[in-house]
Amino acid sequence: MTMPLMRPKRKNPVQRTRQMNVPPWARGRVALSLTAAAAEGRFELQLCRDCGRVQYPPREACGHCTSPRLQWRAQSGAGELLALTTLHHSNDLFFRERLPWRLGLVQLDAGPTVVTHLHGDVTAAPARVSVGARLDRAGRAVLIAFPPEETPHMADDPMLREMSCDPRMRKLLVTDGMTAVGQAAVRALVKAGADLVWVGHAEPWKRHGSGLDDIASLPQVTLVPLDLSNERSVTELAGEIGGKVDIVINNAEVHRGFGIGARRGTDAARAEMEINYFGALRLAQAFGPALKGRAADGVLNATAWVNVLSIYALANFPPHGTFSASKAAAHSLAQCLRAEMQPAGIRVVNVFPGPIDDDWNQNLPPPKLAPEALAKAIVQALRDGVEDVYPGDVAQEWLERWRDDPRVLQRELAAGG
Amino acid sequence: MTRRGYEGVAVAVPVTVPYVRYSTRGAHWFIGQALKRLLDASGLAKEQIDGLTISCFSLAPDTAVGVTQHLGLSPRWLDHIPNGGASGVMALRRAARAVQAGDADVVACIAADTNHVDSFRLMLGGFSDFSRDATYPYGSGGPNALFAFITAAYMARSGATRADFGRVCVDQRANALAAGSRVFSKPLTLDEYLAARPIAEPIHLFDCVMPCAGAEAFLVMSEQRARDLGLPFAALRASIERHNAFSSDPMMVRGGWHVDRDDLYAMAGCGPADIGFVQTYDDYPVIVLMQFEGLGFCRADEAPAFVRGRSTAWNGDFPHNTSGGQLSAGQAGCAGGFLGLTEALRQITGAAGERTVKNPRLGLVSGYGMVTYDRCLCTGAVILGEPA
Repeated sequence: MTMPLMRPKRKNPVQRTRQMNVPPWARGRVALSLTAAAAEGRFELQLCRDCGRVQYPPREACGHCTSPRLQWRAQSGAGELLALTTLHHSNDLFFRERLPWRLGLVQLDAGPTVVTHLHGDVTAAPARVSVGARLDRAGRAVLIAFPPEETPHMADDPMLREMSCDPRMRKLLVTDGMTAVGQAAVRALVKAGADLVWVGHAEPWKRHGSGLDDIASLPQVTLVPLDLSNERSVTELAGEIGGKVDIVINNAEVHRGFGIGARRGTDAARAEMEINYFGALRLAQAFGPALKGRAADGVLNATAWVNVLSIYALANFPPHGTFSASKAAAHSLAQCLRAEMQPAGIRVVNVFPGPIDDDWNQNLPPPKLAPEALAKAIVQALRDGVEDVYPGDVAQEWLERWRDDPRVLQRELAAGG
Repeated sequence: MTRRGYEGVAVAVPVTVPYVRYSTRGAHWFIGQALKRLLDASGLAKEQIDGLTISCFSLAPDTAVGVTQHLGLSPRWLDHIPNGGASGVMALRRAARAVQAGDADVVACIAADTNHVDSFRLMLGGFSDFSRDATYPYGSGGPNALFAFITAAYMARSGATRADFGRVCVDQRANALAAGSRVFSKPLTLDEYLAARPIAEPIHLFDCVMPCAGAEAFLVMSEQRARDLGLPFAALRASIERHNAFSSDPMMVRGGWHVDRDDLYAMAGCGPADIGFVQTYDDYPVIVLMQFEGLGFCRADEAPAFVRGRSTAWNGDFPHNTSGGQLSAGQAGCAGGFLGLTEALRQITGAAGERTVKNPRLGLVSGYGMVTYDRCLCTGAVILGEPA
């Protein structure tokens, strides 16, 4: 039975902070598709389109009929644990620092035999298990054998906590508490057991009944002044709390309507870039190093960085053309941030919502994403340890069209959707 | 189709470059010293070596052809066989056919590896495409976890106990001491074996080999040539080789020997009962027991009872891994796949000294190598005997 997570004792501040050694990250190009699917929370293996056999490990040709027509397909993960072992030795530093570590050998009902990390509630072989793909601390997919049914405190398994970024008992920064999304996120995080949520607000002298007062009354919440357009403001806050933040959620954004022709000058576009792109850059420069330095700091280590982007980051939505461009820039920057955070063991989660049901999307028809639904998706992404999230029906539909052919989507959008 | 025999082929001049735990030398140094020993012991000139096989993991970026320039050889027949524990059997089979066909007169079969501090870990990380993608990221530190699975399943199925594996290990340590091991100097008791620290349960410390640096080598030539040179030699009576056998077994419960062993004994004109000594590939003791079963010394899942009723020491009733095997001599990379062959040649040619077995006239050497994912892919075996 999984022991529920207990709050660790207060850390002795003079003791050295344990540094992160990520598990082996090298994978072949084909195998990275397993990671790409796991990054979105799916367990996919290659299926041969000619003979129908499921393949593992990932390969270039079918191991049965040699066909090159292998397609990644979602798997149920049901299987039989054939044998298990407990490692008391490893040549790899990540595992050496976390011994003992349990592994299993599972025959999937779909055919292949897979090596897996083993959830603590799977105690003996043979046994039925459910295999899933998760990202490990190197940001690469690994397979995990879970008990077939939910067990108490399942998420608190120490192995699984290395793969996830559960906000429970952690300290978080939400960069903008003035918006409906920010306030919904704070409420969802508190509900998920967050220890402390610092909530930024750019203009602390104003309260204007924005709902900020309501979340400020929550005992876990501390309001902090934070203006992403102001380098000094970002740096000062990082100096104050940067060494304590476990998860950064950057939801601050400026969103104005229209594209190029409806407005004179660049002020609105500049304001969008100032927060959506340069603000994200300032935040990453100020908070990134401290987060990286605490990636292995006990059971409540620093673990994740969440960027609230937009589905318009994938393809420009002309009625919100300059906003789309700023989010595309932010998306590109987020890829850079992920590349820099990954070797340190910090997960960068990119959230691509469709239009949110707020003032700036007033003229768009439904379905629109409720701020509460976006907040829930963020918490779920952290719990599952996924990297790429497309919450809501609009985002899912755009994603499907974009995956199908981004050039066609671009022309559809130019013609009005 | 019946297999053609190996009439007229001589296997001779077993040499060993003594093992060390770590070395600052490169693999080429160990290969060079092995070649030097082959030349010194045979009296041949370097120019007379016209065939070469190299088995080595730590040679990169070179392959066998780079070795020819490094050592100033000009062979007319060359093979690169970096297949771990199956290297010896595979090299011998290929060299024997080359000699029979006249493609080479004298083939030097050399296996060597160096071992720097940390080179074992680095080798594991890049061992194979599948291991990089599907086992190494799980922290098992090489094949320990895979053999833990195989051992656990074997124990559950056959009723084998840790003590059954321990008996084999204890006997091999006694053999290593008789052979003057440079890596281990103390005897091993069954109690010490059982009390060892766990590595990957149910595998404990003395179930694992110690990676080290060293080399093993031998020559293959015609019987006539060996007689002319006055070299004692063994005849190759039979051989088999099989890769990726039983791939539809969900996990490894048997090796490829099952597929071809009838051919092996038919070719040699003998049965398991006629074999005077056995050298198995022993990277983990469970594999030793699987080889006893696979090669017909006992039935499937009966190896635990088989080892309980016998002594596998060099002077016992079932002499096995008479130089200590890798478990007690150390694993010098691919040279581990030659260890049984050089020892068998010493037994047959009267060079084993005090540890000569009761019946050294006919021996079986088996090879087993290359865990690229969840099981060992290469299996093989040869039967060597006194020349007629």
